[in-house]
Amino acid sequence: MKISVLSGKGGTGKTTVATNLSYYLSKKGEKVQYLDFDVEEPNGFIFLKPKIENTFEVKVKVPQIDESSCTQCGLCAKKCNFNALSVTKNGVLVFEKICHSCGLCSLVCPVNAITEVEREIGKIEIGYTDNLKVVRGVLNIGEPMGIPILKDLKKLITPDYINIIDSPPGSSCSVVHSVEGSDYGILVTEPTKFGLHDLEIAVNVIRQLGVPFGVVINKSDENDYIIEEFCKKQGIDIIERIPFDRSIAQKYSKGELLDDKIFMEVFENIFSKIMEVSNNEADSCN
Amino acid sequence: MKQIVVISGKGGTGKTTLTSSFAYLAKNRDIADCDVEAPNLNLILDNTPMKRELYIGGKIAYIDKEKCIECGKCKSVCRFDAVKDNFQINDIKCEGCGACVEVCPNEAIKLIDDETGDVIISSIEGGKFSYAQLRIGADGAGKVVTKVRQSLMEDENKPELIIIDGSPGIGCVVISSLTGCNMAVVVTEPTQSGLEDLMRVLNLVDYFRMKAYVVVNKFDINLEKTKEIEDFCSKNNFEVVGKIPFDPYVNKAIKESKPVVQFDESIAGREIKRIWNIINEKIKEV
Repeated sequence: MKISVLSGKGGTGKTTVATNLSYYLSKKGEKVQYLDFDVEEPNGFIFLKPKIENTFEVKVKVPQIDESSCTQCGLCAKKCNFNALSVTKNGVLVFEKICHSCGLCSLVCPVNAITEVEREIGKIEIGYTDNLKVVRGVLNIGEPMGIPILKDLKKLITPDYINIIDSPPGSSCSVVHSVEGSDYGILVTEPTKFGLHDLEIAVNVIRQLGVPFGVVINKSDENDYIIEEFCKKQGIDIIERIPFDRSIAQKYSKGELLDDKIFMEVFENIFSKIMEVSNNEADSCN
Repeated sequence: MKQIVVISGKGGTGKTTLTSSFAYLAKNRDIADCDVEAPNLNLILDNTPMKRELYIGGKIAYIDKEKCIECGKCKSVCRFDAVKDNFQINDIKCEGCGACVEVCPNEAIKLIDDETGDVIISSIEGGKFSYAQLRIGADGAGKVVTKVRQSLMEDENKPELIIIDGSPGIGCVVISSLTGCNMAVVVTEPTQSGLEDLMRVLNLVDYFRMKAYVVVNKFDINLEKTKEIEDFCSKNNFEVVGKIPFDPYVNKAIKESKPVVQFDESIAGREIKRIWNIINEKIKEV
């Protein structure tokens, strides 16, 4: 099973929901894996504090030009749709960071002067917090593209686990790569105009991907009607509310999990709603 | 012309609250919302749209069913797994490299325009405001950011200053927002996540050799963490130019679609005014 936690807007509580839900379910005896897909700013490890057992480098392929055989014909630069190559009087320049590793340049080079070499853009770390398997991707500073890390992270999703994905904020290709193929999406929002606006964007993303979903209102207060009106109109389930509470803010700021009994109920409710929906989905397929 | 970008690393720390207030306080300025994946400044700035332009950020492959002989060469050369089993293109996976076009023996594949999103220019009191509406899952969000910024410079009435509302993270969208700026204002919050994300984003700013000033928002929710942030900044030669107290007026301002500095009673508003006076002096010096 794959459950994605997403939000559109940053800072609404994706990591709070994803880490605590993962930890709660693993304590309950479920086989769970938490995966932090927010590779630009991965914060899940702050709360779960896993013992890291494995680290892998994530590498992408970039062209290397053999200057002795290169005739500077310019075909590679002409064909590259990302402008990652340029022919100058001093030879062919490769702009590694805008290269998409598509391999077209080496394919078209008439004298086979291009080979592909590997370049590190980030890493993946795997560890454990008690029985909970904890994984994260980390993008190196100055690297623009995290997608290759997401692709490697996806390979670690296995059907024998409940996989909980902490998705990046926003609505672009990184979010799509994180969320597609999920069995359920938890949309975390907050009861403000900004929260609502970005929730609408997240709803558009997840509907396009055809993933069943529900909304969690974080920092819930007397302004919840902002979100409720929209959800009612759209026929969207509000599966849980996490109150605006000083003790939560305190724990969050210190980088601690929410382990009080009242919060157990919150995460139990979220999980049982998800199971309900996915059982219904399964029934409708039979 | 000078440019200031407001970024944060972590999402939801107060970029838009700060930018909307700077927009209100600054003279002879234009404003760009470069958080193109979840733009919110539009909800606060009183603006009238003047121009909407479709932005084509890249290409995408298209297979002509009539000409396709289903030989599978495109599939074997595609590194993005974008050719489906029925020999149609998966729009979300295709990055528009053109390798399939190159190997197709029957000229059945061509690259067509990929609509990345719309760029909108609005008029606001005393200047212009640009922002974008991105297509779901768009590749090339970074290029849209560049376009949003350029759209203000193409105009005959060039402003003295452009203030840019950035996005969370450290990847292509953020990099496109900050290249060429004279200064970054980095907003964080006193939480462990806020601190660790600040470290990553300040590293990025250093990588691009840019001047950065730090603001701690809601500093009084955890004074210990605020102290840690200040210690980290002083050790690494970053100046903390202001500490904004927690203030219910911030949410009230969002609700009423106004910058918080418009409320004279707001203690957060007063501190933001003080911060702006400092930034306004510093930008004259760079």
